This record gives sequence, structure tokens and C-alpha cells, in this order.
Amino acid sequence: MDVSISAKNVNLYYGDHHVLKDVSFDMNSKMVTALIGPSGCGKSSFLRCLNRMNDFIRGARVEADIRMRGKDIYARDTDVISLRRDVGMVFQKPNPFPMSIYDNVAYGPRLHGIRDKDKLDEIVETSIKGAALWDEVKDKLQASGLGLSGGQQQRLCIARAIATRPDVVLMDEPTSALDPLATAKIEELIRQLKESFTVVIVTHNMQQAARISDYTAFFLLGDLVEYGVTAEMFTNPKDKRTEDYITGRFG
Amino acid sequence: MYQINTRAHLEEKLNDLKRKLIKLGKMSKEALNKAVWALKNQDPKLARTVIDNDDNIDALRYEIENDCLTFIARFQPFGEDLRAISSIMYMASDIERLGDYGSRISRIAIELAEEEFIKPLIDIPRMQVLLDEMLEDTLSAFDNKDMSLAKTVFSKDDEVDDLEEQILRELVLMMMEKPSRIAQASKLFFVARSLERAGDHITNLAERIFYITTGEITPASRFRRPLPPEKE
Repeated sequence: MDVSISAKNVNLYYGDHHVLKDVSFDMNSKMVTALIGPSGCGKSSFLRCLNRMNDFIRGARVEADIRMRGKDIYARDTDVISLRRDVGMVFQKPNPFPMSIYDNVAYGPRLHGIRDKDKLDEIVETSIKGAALWDEVKDKLQASGLGLSGGQQQRLCIARAIATRPDVVLMDEPTSALDPLATAKIEELIRQLKESFTVVIVTHNMQQAARISDYTAFFLLGDLVEYGVTAEMFTNPKDKRTEDYITGRFG
Repeated sequence: MYQINTRAHLEEKLNDLKRKLIKLGKMSKEALNKAVWALKNQDPKLARTVIDNDDNIDALRYEIENDCLTFIARFQPFGEDLRAISSIMYMASDIERLGDYGSRISRIAIELAEEEFIKPLIDIPRMQVLLDEMLEDTLSAFDNKDMSLAKTVFSKDDEVDDLEEQILRELVLMMMEKPSRIAQASKLFFVARSLERAGDHITNLAERIFYITTGEITPASRFRRPLPPEKE
């Protein structure tokens, strides 16, 4: 199996609070890995370690060996800006920039120095098509991104995340603010995205994890309890705590 | 302090389903017992009640199947709940087959009600007694998640198979001696074969009980007596 991100002994502290305890597992390339667990289990914190988002948090300390395509992302010489080009992220609430649809998607590539109009046009079109939004917005690319519906905004954010052609797309509960139909569209889109990208998704919806992911990691109180093939995990988990969680005994 | 049991609704429905499956088991058990009794005691009236009741067994089986689908749609179960629900669907179908065997044997009981038996019926009722124990133990093992009780079913099924073979041998001999016995002997053979098949369905139930609890498919052969060595 081709490993995209390898996480070894990930420890995260917020001040004195030990949030992630020696978490180790590999995320496979062009697969969807779901992170599940009750609130406060560390799954979102883990996701944020993968593109060094925890760097922003005062008092946060990461001790980890996380390698993306073999390269240590916490190494001294790692350029965090280019790391975030390789690792796109989509958040819980759709958060388009207050600018046009076109500029939202072109924002990343421009930041990384692409100025050529034709090149930008091509990137914008490919990315919006990749986010399955093209038919709905192709005639109004100059309209504000904020004028779109919630589901469309989220797909715009996905288009923005893939515009820099990242290796990995991180998603932190990307459908929790969306209605069922918009959710179904994002889920189908994730299935298509994995043909080109590695997807790591945090979700509170276990049915969603079961539907869309290839691998699932179950976190509890900062520990990685179980990691495995999704189909196996939801029918016959190996750890009693996983069984208790997925059958609703706690969490 | 008040605690919310998040599984209360799900467990209520799952328990309802388990109760229905056990009821179905009891109905099929009764069908087999009455059918063999009616055959042995040449009681066509009793045999008819078994045949009449088969529609009720079928109806309960479909009710269980429908309840399982509703359960899946409403609760979208995972883990042991999912294994239990899928297994209950298969188990209902296995149990319903037991009822069918009861009906088939009852039909033969009606056909043979006026005939003199070519031999006293001893081994067929013995098969039925074994099956009755097996089914009772299986239903109890299912109810109490009792793996060691479920295991006992497999060796008893070996005994059922032995009895069937013995009956077959005897009947073949009797048919060879006197071809006029063929009509009745083949009917009795059909009864023995039905009971042997019933035993296999009961071992299927036991396998499912293992699966629900352990998540492993346990082949019955693990608990059966080993096959005799091949002859040189």
C-alpha cells in the first residue's frame, strides 16, 4: 500500500493537558481515512497536526514524527506555506473569502506565484469542475462566493482547497452544517476526489464514515484505540471500546 | 442523578425481535414434535393441525424479516447489533424451514394413518427427541449468549446423522426383501431425511449464535466428530 502520510508517536499538549498520546498510523494514498470518536477525543487536533494548524494555538506543543511522502513536516527547514499547498483543508462551516467565486479559487495559486491569466483560468475551471460545482457557477464566476447556498459554498471551499493541487485534503466535519442533499453531494464528491487525492476526514456521523471511508481510526481520550479497514471496523471491531462506541454505548 | 440510556430504544426493539425469533423457534419445535407424534400414533387429526399452523409460522417469519428491515432503516446498526440483525434474518429462514419439515412429515402421517407399519417406529422418534433437545438448547443459547451450550448442538447432530444412516440401511434391506414395502419404506426414508435436514438447519442457527457474539464464522466441522480416515 502506498503511504501518503505516516504519523509516528504523535504527542500533542495544550499547556499541561496531554491531548494526543503516542498516536501512530499510516494514511494510505488516494484513500479516504475517517477519524471518529466522541467529542474531545483528539480527532480534530490530530487532523490539525497534519498541516501544522496547531502552530497557531498558544500553548500548544507537538512532539511528533509526521512524514508526508517521507518528508518530516515538523523539521526545522519545512516551509509551512508550501506544506499547506500540499495539504488542503476544508472546515466545518463553509468559509469562502468575501470575494468573487473566481478569486476564491485563484487565491491559493496566486499566493504561490501563478500570475498567468490563462493558467489561472484553467486552474479555476479544473478545480471548480473537480468540486462538482462548475455547472452551477460557470456563468457567474465574478459573483461573490458568499451569495452561494451553504452546500455550494462548501464545494467552493473544496475547489479552493484543491486548486493548489495538494497531495492531501483534510476535512474537519465538512457536512455538519449542511442539509441531507448537500451532504450527499459532498459525500459523492469525496468519493471522486480520492481518485486524485488522499482524503482524511473527521466526522461525528458514523454512518458517513461507514459510507465514504476506506480506513477508519477510532480515537478515545487522546489514544488511537483502533485503526483498520472501515468495513471490518463497523461490522466486527477488534477492541471492546470501539464496539461500545459504534453501537452507541457511550459517546 | 438521571442517566440517559442512549441504547434504550434500540435495545427495546432488538429484544422484541429476539422474543419473536424465540417464539418462531418454539412454534417450529412444536410442529416437528407433533408431526412425528402424529406419524407414530397414526393421528391424522393432529397432523392436520400442524399443516394448518404452517401459515402462521410463515407469517411470523416474514414479520421478523420486515421488523429487521425496519430496524436497519431506523437505527442503522453497527457492530454486534448489525451482526445480530443480519443473523436474525437468516435464522428466521432456517427456523421456518423446520416448520416446513413438520408439515411434510404430517402429510406422510396422514397418508400412512391407515396402514400397518412395516416396522415399529423407534429410530425416527429418537431423531425427533434429539432435534427437540438441540432446538431447545439453541434457543436458550441464543437468548443467553451461551456459547458452550450452542457448541453441544454439533455433536448431537452427529448422532442425528447416525440415526438417519441406520434407518436408511434398515429400510433398504427391507425393500430388498419385499418390494411391496417400497412405497411405505420410501415415505419413511423421506421422513428420516427431513429430520436429518432439520438437524443441519439447527446447526446453522448455532453457527449464527457464534457469529453474533464473536464476529467469526465458525464452521460446524470444528465441533463435529472428525471424518473417518480414507480407506487405502
